[in-house]
Amino acid sequence: MRYLPLNEDDRAAMLDRIGVSGIDALFADIPQEARLDGLIDGLPTHASEMDVERHFTALSKQSLSAGDVPFFCGGGAYRHFVPASVDHLIQRSEFLTAYTPYQPEIAQGTLQTLFEFQTQVAQITGMGVANASMYDGSTATAEAVRMAARITRRHKCILAPGLHPHYSKTVCTAVEGETVHIQAMDPAMGEDRTIAQELDDDTACIVVQNPNVFGELVDLAPLADAAHAVGALLIAVTTEVVSLGLIQNPGEMGADIVAAEGQSIGNGLSFGGPYVGLLACRDDRKFIRQAPGRFAGQTVDATGKTGYVLTLSTREKHIRREKATSNICTNSGLCTLAFTIHLSLLGACGFAKLAELNHARACVLADRLDALSGVEVLNTSFFNEFTVRLNGDAAKIVETLAKKDVLGGIPAARLFGGGPFDDLLLISVTETNTDDDFDALVTALQEAL
Amino acid sequence: MAMNSTGRPTAPAQPLDPGADLQTFSGSRGLAQVEPLLHKVGSPEKCGVDLADVPNHTARLGNLKRQNPVDLPGLSEPEAMRHYVRLSQRNYAIDLGLYPLGSCTMKHNPRLNEKLARLPGFADVHPLQPQSTVQGALALMDELSHWLMAITGMDAVALSPKAGAHGEWCGMMCIRAAIEERGELGKRRRVLVPQSAHGTNPATAAACGFDIDELPADATGRVDMEVLRRKIGPDVAAIMLTNPNTCGLFERDIREIADLVHEAGGYFYCDGANLNAIMGKTRVRDLGVDAMHINLHKTFSTPHGGGGPGAGPVVLSKRLRNYAPVPYLVRDGQSLALVEDEAQSEAKPFGRMSAFHGQMGMFVRALAYMMSHGSDGLRRVSEDAVLNANYLLARLSDEMSPAYPGVCMHEALFDDDFLKDTGVTTLDFAKAMIDEGYHPMTMYFPLVVHGAMLIEPTETESKESLDRFADTLLALAKAAKSGAAARFTEAPLLAPLRRLDETRAARSPVLRWQET
Repeated sequence: MRYLPLNEDDRAAMLDRIGVSGIDALFADIPQEARLDGLIDGLPTHASEMDVERHFTALSKQSLSAGDVPFFCGGGAYRHFVPASVDHLIQRSEFLTAYTPYQPEIAQGTLQTLFEFQTQVAQITGMGVANASMYDGSTATAEAVRMAARITRRHKCILAPGLHPHYSKTVCTAVEGETVHIQAMDPAMGEDRTIAQELDDDTACIVVQNPNVFGELVDLAPLADAAHAVGALLIAVTTEVVSLGLIQNPGEMGADIVAAEGQSIGNGLSFGGPYVGLLACRDDRKFIRQAPGRFAGQTVDATGKTGYVLTLSTREKHIRREKATSNICTNSGLCTLAFTIHLSLLGACGFAKLAELNHARACVLADRLDALSGVEVLNTSFFNEFTVRLNGDAAKIVETLAKKDVLGGIPAARLFGGGPFDDLLLISVTETNTDDDFDALVTALQEAL
Repeated sequence: MAMNSTGRPTAPAQPLDPGADLQTFSGSRGLAQVEPLLHKVGSPEKCGVDLADVPNHTARLGNLKRQNPVDLPGLSEPEAMRHYVRLSQRNYAIDLGLYPLGSCTMKHNPRLNEKLARLPGFADVHPLQPQSTVQGALALMDELSHWLMAITGMDAVALSPKAGAHGEWCGMMCIRAAIEERGELGKRRRVLVPQSAHGTNPATAAACGFDIDELPADATGRVDMEVLRRKIGPDVAAIMLTNPNTCGLFERDIREIADLVHEAGGYFYCDGANLNAIMGKTRVRDLGVDAMHINLHKTFSTPHGGGGPGAGPVVLSKRLRNYAPVPYLVRDGQSLALVEDEAQSEAKPFGRMSAFHGQMGMFVRALAYMMSHGSDGLRRVSEDAVLNANYLLARLSDEMSPAYPGVCMHEALFDDDFLKDTGVTTLDFAKAMIDEGYHPMTMYFPLVVHGAMLIEPTETESKESLDRFADTLLALAKAAKSGAAARFTEAPLLAPLRRLDETRAARSPVLRWQET
């Protein structure tokens, strides 16, 4: 067994030193009737590295990989190009095989990168501060809602019509044990100004996604004003963080808390996880005290040298236990590192250009599709994802396209569970899409319609 | 002050390190490089990626185009490599040395698993591709489920929780849903949690809306059965119990505990953080458990990555399986499918835990780990993990004070009795370990033991490694007892930084870089 260093001589000598006759003496506290004497039923015995690799390679081939075909899926997970140096760096032993930085003197590598991450997230969102990550965008959104309820001591949360339905459901589930109630507005493409009518003096927050789930851009400023007028908070959600390189950031538009999916930067699709949730808020003690998760903070050592530590942990579960702001412990460490490295390779210029490139290529495809008969682009504005109405059932058409090796997008009905969305398709374009990909999609759609 | 191997002070006037007084001009010291913050070395116009030209287009940004440039530092690729490699060298890691953090299971991370997680059929598939195009990825999830259920003997598994605490919440929400269906949510308010529990347990139960009732430990470090019998009643929703518990001990009365909770109409949630001690030796089902999360990033060796990502699948008993959240996997003839919508479900899912299906990257690594070991290897893992911990317990007991008598499971717990009157605290002792080239053990946890030191070596340490570690700790313990307090209270002296001012960090928080 290649991962187990002890040999039989070692084991015998160690048992002898412990003073027991055999290994089972160490398991004597397991009740007799619950002991497993033989091997676990239904499992094979050990396998060589080569055999395991063979098995997984065969499994891998049973899926259609995004990189092998023209690919247009978004809906909260986006395929961007990640530089090779990112994956190399995150596999360095010292990053990959370190634990949460509980001993800061020998964890400055992790702690300093977390501090850099927090700063970058604050910068691109236009917020005062950011935490050291959440699991993903949807759980960050749920935690932001709970945080807003604690800050305002109010109980109602309004989910805007353009919030990703899986995010809405995650939020609803997350507050089930609490006194917060969720008012989810009927899904709609245009961001509904009627949100303002739902606001009252028990409203803790409104949750608005930008770009919204249909790809439409939303001016958050009037919504922030309306929320603030009744003492409520605006939570801005972003599932495509690259958009922040080109459109006004939530801080500028008056958001109080930002919850975002950071996967687009540095992290692959990976069938839905692991991803990296971003959570940023106003630089206000009241907000920071109620924030979930960890913070890295700057300080000095005994000789006055600058260093970093995990801080403000009196909010956290290991100190506060049942009164903690969240139960989150392990979060997205290595994914935050990938995010930070990729974003530092981009820098301000690269980040802005990447965003512009995404938008420009999406515009080019949207124009081509809009010219097709049976296809109508519904958005008046968008970043790199837009919604089209097809002359037919979008889910069936997507299946037809897949048979021609084109992954043409996400049927809206898959997100909304049917409803009046059967003919809507969400199409996402990134810098990875070539002109050939566009040709393939156009041709395949023409044949399918 | 230097120290010989028997712990007697030698030539106390000599500096610990003859080079310690040398002040370098660069701030770096040989291979120990200093590296400023990204925001001091980078600049907005620098870029380490080449991007294609932007095609002609008519922008569709409405009136939301950004007016001000993004403020963000950039680096060329060589500068980025150097920045992050230098930072990496300021970290301790399992690949560098023994990492005895109790309850954290810091074991070797096989690189095969990294390679397999990057295969395109797992790493480069979208969660919302047509399900007909991701059958390989679904098959992997199905195989992982099979292994987790076989190891635990349980009836179902929910794969979507993203870490241990998320898994706890999933399991407790299943329990909540079951109680709600029985119409008893109003009266079953109490969740019993031992004082020795991980802090996530009470935080989780509270997040599910339950009241927490603490259970004390008895003199042997286990649940006090008399108190439990007194506290159990018709208003108890569940007990949350870690087994082996955080004192590193198997809860001998676990079946009676399960029976008591079940007879009172409640459920048994087991925190699976310590599964590494018992897999292949007993099945969780046979202990009476209703729900348990499994930390793939502990037991099944997916890397900790400096704080994640983890994965926390939850195994469920027959009584709870119907309440597992969406999405979940079903077999439909020859093919596999995900049930993503509660409305389409034939069961009664309590809800949705996150946007997608769980931590695929961790699933691949964990399954590769399990298949490499097989049923024989996994049993051996538990045996060697427990053997290694007991070997350390036996050797260290020569100078250190075990918290409880007898053998332990996969981690050995000591209190600070052996440091009494030495002027050295558990914290000082831990920091002195850093100077010796070791990551400290878990300190001051569990809370039921004074000055606790919880040591978990895992099965991937050799006997030689354990002996070196034990020799070092024994020497430190002797040094502390012989009055060499200064080497502890000042420690670490040899790490990249000396002790950090955590009070200052919390009192005037600096949470981001800002131009001064």
